[in-house]
Amino acid sequence: MPETGRYTLMELMICATAHLLEDGKTALIGTGAPLAAAMLAQKTHALNLIILFEAGAMAPILEKLPISVAGSSTQTHALVHSSMDDIMESCQRGMVDYSFLGGAQIDQFGNLNSTMIGADYARPKVRLPGSGGANDLASLCWQTVTIIPHTRRKFVPRVDFITTPGYLNGPGAREAAGLPANTGPYRVLSTLGIMGFDPASKRMTVLSIHPGVTRQDIIDNTGFEMLFAADLAVTSEPSDAELRILREQVDPTGMVLSKTMKE
Amino acid sequence: MVEPGGELFQSPDVEAARAFFRTKSRAMTDKRMTVPEAVKRFVHDGDYLAIGGFGSVRIPTAALHEIVRRRYRNLGFCGHSSTHDFQILADGGVLDRCDISYIVGLEMRGLSPHGRRLVESGALRTTEWSNAGLGWRYKAAAMGLPFLPARVMLGTDTERFSAAREITDPFTGQKLLAVPALFPDVAIIHVHQADIYGNAQIEGIHIVDRDLARAAKRLLITCERIIPTEEFRRHPERTTLPYWLVDAVCEVPGGSYPAEMPFEYTSDEPHLAAWVAAEKDETSLQAFLERQIFTTRDFAGYLALNGGEARLAELRAAEPLQRPEPRG
Repeated sequence: MPETGRYTLMELMICATAHLLEDGKTALIGTGAPLAAAMLAQKTHALNLIILFEAGAMAPILEKLPISVAGSSTQTHALVHSSMDDIMESCQRGMVDYSFLGGAQIDQFGNLNSTMIGADYARPKVRLPGSGGANDLASLCWQTVTIIPHTRRKFVPRVDFITTPGYLNGPGAREAAGLPANTGPYRVLSTLGIMGFDPASKRMTVLSIHPGVTRQDIIDNTGFEMLFAADLAVTSEPSDAELRILREQVDPTGMVLSKTMKE
Repeated sequence: MVEPGGELFQSPDVEAARAFFRTKSRAMTDKRMTVPEAVKRFVHDGDYLAIGGFGSVRIPTAALHEIVRRRYRNLGFCGHSSTHDFQILADGGVLDRCDISYIVGLEMRGLSPHGRRLVESGALRTTEWSNAGLGWRYKAAAMGLPFLPARVMLGTDTERFSAAREITDPFTGQKLLAVPALFPDVAIIHVHQADIYGNAQIEGIHIVDRDLARAAKRLLITCERIIPTEEFRRHPERTTLPYWLVDAVCEVPGGSYPAEMPFEYTSDEPHLAAWVAAEKDETSLQAFLERQIFTTRDFAGYLALNGGEARLAELRAAEPLQRPEPRG
């Protein structure tokens, strides 16, 4: 793993996520690593990134990392104190560019499970929270990014429950199901690399590998056949300036940075 | 394996809803009462209950505790963005069915061990939704429509285990999901200010509470403070809920504790963590509930047990949002 001493894996992933965010776009952000990434992007290359929280805060200037997506910390210096229906309707209208998701399981088409582990819905082995807003955001936002630890338990051939739609069972399936056109998973950021989806087959494809990780590491930790891009890259490392902003301004108390990406 | 197609717990019949709302009192009467009085009068065994706020933000904790303290049975629950509110009701053993968009989870605080046990044991009848899907069910009800078309949940197991139905747009032929109107029997919402009649102001984001308040057949308000009706007439743009929606007004300062109340006080993280820890097994949970809820007389007793006014003052000092300046 790329624990070089200069930065942690969590810091690498937050910076890689921040790099995906373009200035002047709308981003629907949950708590944790995506929020740290959005704050970092706002303080570096994306000053005019419009941050939205699903519970109703629009374009806040964040002072500290919130614990809840509805809490006071999501509402500081906001332009609008609105509502969840307004946010979700903005997504459905096509106004929201990015959203960030997590999950217990992901498959090769980017379908996500955050509902239950087990074979019987009525008697789950493990009950998880359910969709929350994840199904809505993955259905409606233009580019969906999933952040997830890379293990065989999580990268599975078949998720136990499709909580949130990826490309469902392959090309054309989202459109056939009635989901908005030209949407679907954009990137998966794991602890081993950054994946996209093959335009023709909609199968998960490794675009870049984190420093110190091998192709074989990814194969060994994936429960389905992973594709690799022809021009496979190495994930860019955080700059000293980014690390300084992240540690001193974004998360000085280490609420997210002190966590490790694991099961 | 359960057959797909979730149970529809509440009827989306808009004619029945209109008949009910026709009889709902419009009287401008003093509706102040204590939380025990309001709960006893307006919540009944078997009711379908919905809670405002967002789980650990602006929740009516005093009323939730009272429902547990009175040992209600067979309540239905709308698990929309619910965390500590679901935790209280699930731990108290008052629920038998639940619409779910988000339960068991506690956002950044992990998962509720007892919430998990409850669902994993099969003791709760459940139907799946998404946050938007469930929120739009309130909106359909608030609009007096039997359903709203939506573009979420389609193609997923969330749809399969929901009680939504696919329909076709008569104009374009597009496939859509119809989410049925949800009229809760009773809703409880914690607000910043109310007058004695039930006019209410929510400051900051209101999540889905405008729609929920209008969808609910009966509505209980708990508030941080009672203010004169004149304040509403001076600033009508700040009225979130008009009095004719409201059946009871309970003044409960600190009433969202240990959850946060934007502009007032932040959450009590050590207490919330202690709650999760107490859920590790049945014995420890029952001892915790005994101490925190069953042997405290009311919410004031619970607050006193956990540090009282001194603790609340610390949480007020740590709140990031400043109360808005009085206008005009």
